[in-house]
Amino acid sequence: MSASGRERARERAAEYLLRRHRFRPAEALPWLIAIAAYFIFPDRMTFGSQVLIMVMFALSLDLILGYAGIVTLGHAAFFGIGAYTVGLAAARLQWNEPISGLFAAAIVAGFVGFITGWFLLRYRGLTLLMLTLATAIMLQETGNLRSDISGGYDGLPGLTFDPLFGKFDYDLYGHTYYLYVLAVLAVVFYFVRRIVYSPFGQALTGIRENVRRMHAIGSPVHRRLVTVYTIAAAIAGVAGALFTQTNAYVTLTVFDFDNSAKVMVMLILGGTGRLYGAFLGAVVYMVLEDYFSKLSPTFWQFGIGLLLVLAVLFARRGVLGLFESVGQYFAERKKS
Amino acid sequence: MPHFANIAVSILFDGLAYAMFLFITSVGLSVTMGLMGFVNLAHGAFAMAGGYIVVSLTRSLGIDFVPALAIASVTIGVVSIPFERFLYRRLYRSTDLEQVLLTIGLAFMAIATATYFYGPIPKSVPLPEWLQGDINLGFRYFPSYRAFLIVLGGALIAILWYAFERTNIGAKIRAAVDNRRMAESVGINVDLLFTLTFAVGSALAALGGGLAIQLFGLSPSFAVIYLVLFLIVVAVGGLGSLKGTLLAALVLGVFDTGGKYLLADAGGFFIYAVTVAVLLIKPAGFYGRE
Repeated sequence: MSASGRERARERAAEYLLRRHRFRPAEALPWLIAIAAYFIFPDRMTFGSQVLIMVMFALSLDLILGYAGIVTLGHAAFFGIGAYTVGLAAARLQWNEPISGLFAAAIVAGFVGFITGWFLLRYRGLTLLMLTLATAIMLQETGNLRSDISGGYDGLPGLTFDPLFGKFDYDLYGHTYYLYVLAVLAVVFYFVRRIVYSPFGQALTGIRENVRRMHAIGSPVHRRLVTVYTIAAAIAGVAGALFTQTNAYVTLTVFDFDNSAKVMVMLILGGTGRLYGAFLGAVVYMVLEDYFSKLSPTFWQFGIGLLLVLAVLFARRGVLGLFESVGQYFAERKKS
Repeated sequence: MPHFANIAVSILFDGLAYAMFLFITSVGLSVTMGLMGFVNLAHGAFAMAGGYIVVSLTRSLGIDFVPALAIASVTIGVVSIPFERFLYRRLYRSTDLEQVLLTIGLAFMAIATATYFYGPIPKSVPLPEWLQGDINLGFRYFPSYRAFLIVLGGALIAILWYAFERTNIGAKIRAAVDNRRMAESVGINVDLLFTLTFAVGSALAALGGGLAIQLFGLSPSFAVIYLVLFLIVVAVGGLGSLKGTLLAALVLGVFDTGGKYLLADAGGFFIYAVTVAVLLIKPAGFYGRE
């Protein structure tokens, strides 16, 4: 290939990445809905904040599961670390400033993600599943062991946080919190979107699709996996920190296997590796749970199990994937 | 007997009983995972179902504990066959993630069903007289029920070892675990073999579930809480290895019991620490192929 030919190939690649990166009008939709929800359901803002937090948690999982293809059963570990970072800081160190708390949570969770990722990401399959699961449970057991610090399963109740920017205090209905969480989510989302459409994000997709070939072309696979794992851990930490701040309490149940499984179910329902899958999945899951678990928790658990089985058998790419398939079907019908 | 020796004997004895429970429940999972590489998170649900059948048979129908165990085990073995034929089979060539999701969905459904029929409160079973109280082994007394577990476990290990190492079917299973394609090309019907091992494995899980009631009490969350232990035993032992599963069950059983005896607060920490240590050094487990 001549020098100019190589040049042109580079330009085409750059053009491709840029084209994918461009914001499409439809992408504004979830944000408009989130803002509309603020005006339509003013008395459900506490629940709304929980939904947005789960969206962020699912988004962090999407980075490693959907894009890098790392199957983990212990993602709650990082959520829990973030939750306990701000919880302990507020309860034991009187560090009640919320925004610096988020940064602290991101740093601590990211650090733990980096250390565990460094060791664990050399493994695959069942071994990796077990190691990630064991990490989360060991953190939980450590918390239980030092319940004099962590509060154990009774948790750290009645935490207080300073008003945002020293000005906006929290009202009973959680309006301030909702906007606060939404703003943090927007920042995090922009960051994740940048990563996903960057060359680094492309390399991750390559690792997911064919790790041997990525090794063969000289991609530093392990380093990239550890990097994305660290980032995802930090984001999950921020989600956990927001969880503690909005609820004003935290218990060791945040490390539960249930929590890891729940976020995975949300992501799968929405669709993996497509950014907005996390939004749709978390919203659908949380709304259904809110409705059905009041009706009957048993019925809800059965339903979510059935939903998972059906999703695996008939809609492997989640609800968004299902939409796409239906869209394609009609597009093809139109053509013929 | 000096105090520390007394404690050491207690730890070994209880650890051994616990290890037998772990082995009985996990061995089927290990072999099926070794054969098909199928991540079956519903295994704990089969164990739980076996436990609840034992509860119903003993409490409602007044059947003795030991026959109830046998009936539950056979029932679950038979019931598991359609699951394998119609659901699991479709996902053999799928990714880990899809298998995890399908089987976790089944486990959730099983937990919900059990909660609906039996409620969330832990159940117990009436034991026959000869399993209550203590048994004198010459130098000290031991709980009869744990002694029974150890004897039963030992017998099952002997039977499984014979079936695995000395029979035609066992040879076929070992061949298929080693190299499925090669086994298929020499005319071994691996699909059929898999259905068979799946049914036997589920039956053993149900037996383990029935045996667990007296040890831990049986509640619907059994399906998930103890599943983690079974998976750990399988991962630490190495997929598809009888020897590995036994060794892993022994190591984890004794360590867990010892940890809980000596440092009650640390609770479940030890078993996970051991798991992580073993898997970091030997990612495929004690006897798994790298």
